[in-house]
Amino acid sequence: MEYNSLTDYLLLIVAAVFVKNILLAQYLGNCPFLGVSKKMETATGMGMAVVFVLVLAAVFTWMTYTYILVPLKLEYMKTVTFILVIAALVQFVEMFMKKSMPALYKGLGVFLPLITTNCAVLGVCLINIDKEYSIMTATVFSFASAVGFALALALFAGLRERFEIAAIPKSFEGTAIGLITAGLIAMAFFGFAGMVNI
Amino acid sequence: MGITEIIYATVAMLGLGFVSAAVLSLASKVFQIEEDPRIEAVEGALLGANCGGCGYAGCAAAAEAVVRGDAGVDVCTAGGATIAIGVATVMGMEVKIKEREIAQLGCRKGFRIDQKYKYEGIMDCRAAVEMWEGARNCGRACIGLGTCEKSCPFGAIKIGENGLPVIDANICTGCGTCVKNCPKDVLELVSMTQRLLSFNKLDDCLAPCRQTCPAQIDIPTYIEQIKHGQYKEALMTIKERNPMPLTCGRVCPHPCEYVCRRGAADEPVNINHLKRYAADIELRSGEHYPIDCNPDTGHKVAIIGGGPAGLSAAFFLRRLGHQVKIFEMMPKLGGMTRYGIPEYRLPKAVLDFEIDGTLGLGVETECNVKLGRDFTLQDLRAQGFEAIFLAIGAWKSSPMRVEGEDCDGALAGIEFLEKEGLNADNPIGDRVAIIGGGNTAIDVARTALRLGAKEVTIVYRRTRKEMPAEWYEIEEAEHEGIKFHFLAAPSKIITDENGRFKALEYLKMELGEPDASGRRRPIPIEGSETIMELDNIVAAIGQKPDLAPFPEDEIGKDIELTRWQTIIGDDQTLQTAVPYVFTGGDCFTGALTVVSAIGAGRRAARSIHLFLDEDAELTPPPKPLIKNIPESMLPTIYGVVRRPRVEMPEMEPMVRVKSFDEVALGLSEEAAKYEASRCLQCGILCYNQDIHTPAEIEI
Repeated sequence: MEYNSLTDYLLLIVAAVFVKNILLAQYLGNCPFLGVSKKMETATGMGMAVVFVLVLAAVFTWMTYTYILVPLKLEYMKTVTFILVIAALVQFVEMFMKKSMPALYKGLGVFLPLITTNCAVLGVCLINIDKEYSIMTATVFSFASAVGFALALALFAGLRERFEIAAIPKSFEGTAIGLITAGLIAMAFFGFAGMVNI
Repeated sequence: MGITEIIYATVAMLGLGFVSAAVLSLASKVFQIEEDPRIEAVEGALLGANCGGCGYAGCAAAAEAVVRGDAGVDVCTAGGATIAIGVATVMGMEVKIKEREIAQLGCRKGFRIDQKYKYEGIMDCRAAVEMWEGARNCGRACIGLGTCEKSCPFGAIKIGENGLPVIDANICTGCGTCVKNCPKDVLELVSMTQRLLSFNKLDDCLAPCRQTCPAQIDIPTYIEQIKHGQYKEALMTIKERNPMPLTCGRVCPHPCEYVCRRGAADEPVNINHLKRYAADIELRSGEHYPIDCNPDTGHKVAIIGGGPAGLSAAFFLRRLGHQVKIFEMMPKLGGMTRYGIPEYRLPKAVLDFEIDGTLGLGVETECNVKLGRDFTLQDLRAQGFEAIFLAIGAWKSSPMRVEGEDCDGALAGIEFLEKEGLNADNPIGDRVAIIGGGNTAIDVARTALRLGAKEVTIVYRRTRKEMPAEWYEIEEAEHEGIKFHFLAAPSKIITDENGRFKALEYLKMELGEPDASGRRRPIPIEGSETIMELDNIVAAIGQKPDLAPFPEDEIGKDIELTRWQTIIGDDQTLQTAVPYVFTGGDCFTGALTVVSAIGAGRRAARSIHLFLDEDAELTPPPKPLIKNIPESMLPTIYGVVRRPRVEMPEMEPMVRVKSFDEVALGLSEEAAKYEASRCLQCGILCYNQDIHTPAEIEI
């Protein structure tokens, strides 16, 4: 599918954020979803970090694929390559930020290592290639997916903060109730299914 | 896929890997940040447990925070003072040891409501909510979520049987994680100093008994501990406020019991004898339970008078780390508890054990020295005492102001009891009359009986109803065969030819209008003079402090005195006109109870501590409650199953009058536990039945 008009892009964004939400519809990136969703503060921090890294990673992996793997006819190695590229990229960004952007590093720094092996990031990068998006489309799609991730994480954290003081049966405390809730939110997001088809 | 392609792919991937590695290693050189070498040194000095108790992600992060200046050298909550000193050495700082703090649950910040709390067999606000809907109206009270238990990095906090957190003081490091995490903000960090020096505030969660106790003992807590068989803990709860539970457990007139809420249902809880039960266990063990004292502060405090006020002040000042010396005019410490309370109510051996407990903390004493006779206040200053506590008591009997009262055979109540306390020869005739209606009159009468008097009569100018003595003391005296002669006031002492006392002439009285004290004023009936033939008469109509030394003292002359012969001090801080001199007890208030003197001792200890501490300011403590908080006083209580109160077993009257053996025998363990279970654990008055929507509950 070609993305030419603004409407196309808007539809793509709506689809990535709501309909095909990376967390709730595709169920990628579960570790941070359960791991850093206990407090709203860390959840938003993580969300921002994902937005930042995902956009960068999408651009780099797209270029790696198009300009290195395709000419070398090594397309089938893309998963392994992307892991390597994303990991190196995140490490690089972390060092760069620590030195040049201490303020930003303070806010996002602690989350960066968590993203190094995040399947949501890898997943979006692979989708970009599978759907044969152009670099522009890939960037927009990645950004929208990351926003969807941040949105779901923040929603979930808001609920989990309340669990802390809710009367939950002993056996359901902690991750158990978290997974049940995640399932329920995911079902709620199915309401968006069919709204946009991409 | 052929072998060539595999090699091709591998080489390509390796190449990519090498490129990445090269870029990263180059980047690490380019973007290298100079790290402060101190971070590593501080990390080395820390415990290395990576427990996260400090709130940082591990010891390395904590070390970074220290070097950055975000955290103090005491960042390590698990390590204690040694670690802090180590960190400070690295940082080139000096360490002043901070007092250890531990977490404490305090449902004491709530706001009281006017809705009176009704009982329906349920004892706290949470249960009330369950039963009648409505809500707790208290913005802060613990709701037993257990967030604190989950958050504590050291497992020092557990939700106990009653659904409230229980903190193990031995494990708690005072890191404050629970305080930060508690959603209801009912946990706080409290040091021993703060604990010992805290006084009841109006918005504290105070049961009526706690409001009334002059020593402000946490009564519901110690009764709960007795109920669970935690006798040592119960005694420690008492000793937070009262270092003389053995004495008070025997002689306290227990004003707490008169306001006990259980009294509105059946009978008040026997609060005082439960205190005696807990204290007697320590007595029987023969050893004092260890009591914590803060490290020495180097300040020296002189206490004049080794009675309950002086001993209480010494106990608390010593625990706060000050050096204390008591100057006592009598041969032994104890004051009126030794020389005013007879053996059959408070055996001397028991009192000795109690006083040893306080002295065991390192309190110095000097007996047989009297202010004005052997030393002056100036001498004490010269010896380096930075503050002086005057607790000289009230040791002078008030005169009857009748003709001939100085004759041989007419005695004064206080001196009579004092002689008995000194084990001196104390002759008494067969027929004795005691003038007065207070507890001293009863003590004198019962002592006279035990010394061999055949016929003992208490002569009082009003009726039994107006007697200031406790009703149970009057009853006990009656059981022992002491007679009462009401509505009679002495008018003349008749002597024989040798000037010895022979008879008492008295006027009959009738009761008129109530006076300032609320009691009906006795009015003499004209021409009703009657003669009572007697061998001895004892005046026990009141006692006053002996303030003779003050006007002649270099410093003492600046201390102001009232015309009722008491010392003037600030009502709240007990500071006198001389800033470093404090006062309290009978010499400040006039003769009162042991327990008020003990309360005053702690109040004075607080003022003296703040006066000595350079970093603190002498602020007045919360005012003592003069009246009970109106909404906490309930006229009726519903739903309490009536169960009789346990009474103290006593020796048979005909047996006990033959000796000075202790009359009250002490409760059995079974009786004590039963009585403790009668306590309603009152205090939480933060429930409002009219709030119906749960949304209004602030969580």
